Amino acid sequence: MIHLQSCDIAVIGAGAAGLAAAAETAAAGRSTIVIDREELPGGILRQCIHNGFGLTYFKEELTGPEYACRITGLARQAGAELRLGCAVISAVRNADGTFELTLLSAADGVTKLTARALILAMGCRERNRGNLAIPGTRPAGIYTAGAAQKLLNLEGVLPGRRAVIVGSGDIGLIMARRFRWSGIEVEAVIEIMRHPSGLPRNIAQCLNDFGIPLHLEHSVIEIGGRERVEYVDVAPLSDGVPQLERKFRILCDTVLFSVGLIPENELSAELGVELNPATGGAVVDCDCQTSVPGVFAGGNVLHVHDLVDFVSAEAAAAGRAALRYLDGQPAAAKNPVRAGANLKYAIPNYFSPARTTEFSFRPLILSNDATLTAELNGETVWKRRLRHIRPAEMLKAQLPGDLLQQDGELVFNLIQEEVQHA
Amino acid sequence: MLEKHLICISCPIGCELSAGRESDDSTWKITGNRCPRGEAYALAELTDPRRVVTAVVRSNSPVQPLLPVRTDQPLPKRFIDRLLNHLYTLTVKTPVKCGDVLIDNVENSGVRVIFSCDCEK
Repeated sequence: MIHLQSCDIAVIGAGAAGLAAAAETAAAGRSTIVIDREELPGGILRQCIHNGFGLTYFKEELTGPEYACRITGLARQAGAELRLGCAVISAVRNADGTFELTLLSAADGVTKLTARALILAMGCRERNRGNLAIPGTRPAGIYTAGAAQKLLNLEGVLPGRRAVIVGSGDIGLIMARRFRWSGIEVEAVIEIMRHPSGLPRNIAQCLNDFGIPLHLEHSVIEIGGRERVEYVDVAPLSDGVPQLERKFRILCDTVLFSVGLIPENELSAELGVELNPATGGAVVDCDCQTSVPGVFAGGNVLHVHDLVDFVSAEAAAAGRAALRYLDGQPAAAKNPVRAGANLKYAIPNYFSPARTTEFSFRPLILSNDATLTAELNGETVWKRRLRHIRPAEMLKAQLPGDLLQQDGELVFNLIQEEVQHA
Repeated sequence: MLEKHLICISCPIGCELSAGRESDDSTWKITGNRCPRGEAYALAELTDPRRVVTAVVRSNSPVQPLLPVRTDQPLPKRFIDRLLNHLYTLTVKTPVKCGDVLIDNVENSGVRVIFSCDCEK
């Protein structure tokens, strides 16, 4: 006999997104169950022991574990139930519009949970060596930056003694400092782009503080070693092509990859949620509602954020929208939103007339002087001049509802005054 | 005229700061900051550089064998390596709460090391 349970709202993932959403829905009196496969709540925050989190969401600078404690406390105090050590192995929408989740845990075996609304908060995964197809042997000592972070910060295992970090994303930069502070040498950080992809302050405090060289416009062309990594070969890039005659060898026993994140949407796909190729996350309206009615998404499962504070804020908004859905309010209108010049994407993918909406963008360019514009049916209804644009930093803009009075297509463009390609 | 360039680490914006000083004048003039924290950071960085230190210490907890700790304010850089080497020799007893003090006054700097998570058992 399979145990059955039901609730108003099931939240998948007990990280910075899921807990923020659950705090909203439980505080409003809706029975809320948050499911996570880890034994402790907090998601990836638990292994991010460095500071720099929480400045906007909690108005205070916190470390990852502190942020996890705070956001877990908010969800628990609001009355959300946490089901930990429990994996969602399937999710289906029933004919009556409710959802049935099949759960698997060591404590209870296979159980079923029925929910009237779902909030997707599964976060993202790291891209790895396989995604980059770097040639060479397959020795031990190759990790994603997050896997090395987990070994070092949660399990107390030194992943190696002498490392090269591939990619200049924030996790890799943070790990460069963490390695140095753990007695592990960091020989270099290799980045294929002309500009670092992590935050400037992490270049300053994680590389410059330790004199770690950052090779921009360079690529790892081979990883070598029999049992264990012994070296990487690195070459400068010219128009994206490795200059093999200028290659050089770096001796190391460890290679970390910090080369981007991919929203984790296997369950979303199973539910029939339409995905956006530009983000890897769901297509959503201005209520964070996906193409499947009653399924909402927020945080890194929707699009990869730079800052955890924005993850929580977005998921909290998804939680409030789920409450309106359960109250029987009609779904938001679906007028298309399109990312135009120099923008990789714009979220949400639809706007609703007269609704004040916060949009998020990922810029494709680096510029110190550009204008972000919004055109509704070809007419510019909003613009703002921006002085600091980096592909590593998400742009946000709140458009007041009175500017969006009619149906039609909304197009955002990022028009640069001075040209400098990233 | 002496000029130095710094990146502010106070928040994720990362302002590019310039610090200028006449050779006969000992006061630095800071530009490029968007808030007062940028100026404070630059002045500290030029005279007494400090960093918040985060690390893990071993614990006797069966659930969390390592517990995260941090300094409650930036620590002078010259003390960082000695502090880390000391932290890595410790095994702490649980339970602990977020904010509990592990070390009260690192190298008489007035800086504390505190736990940055709860561990009940």
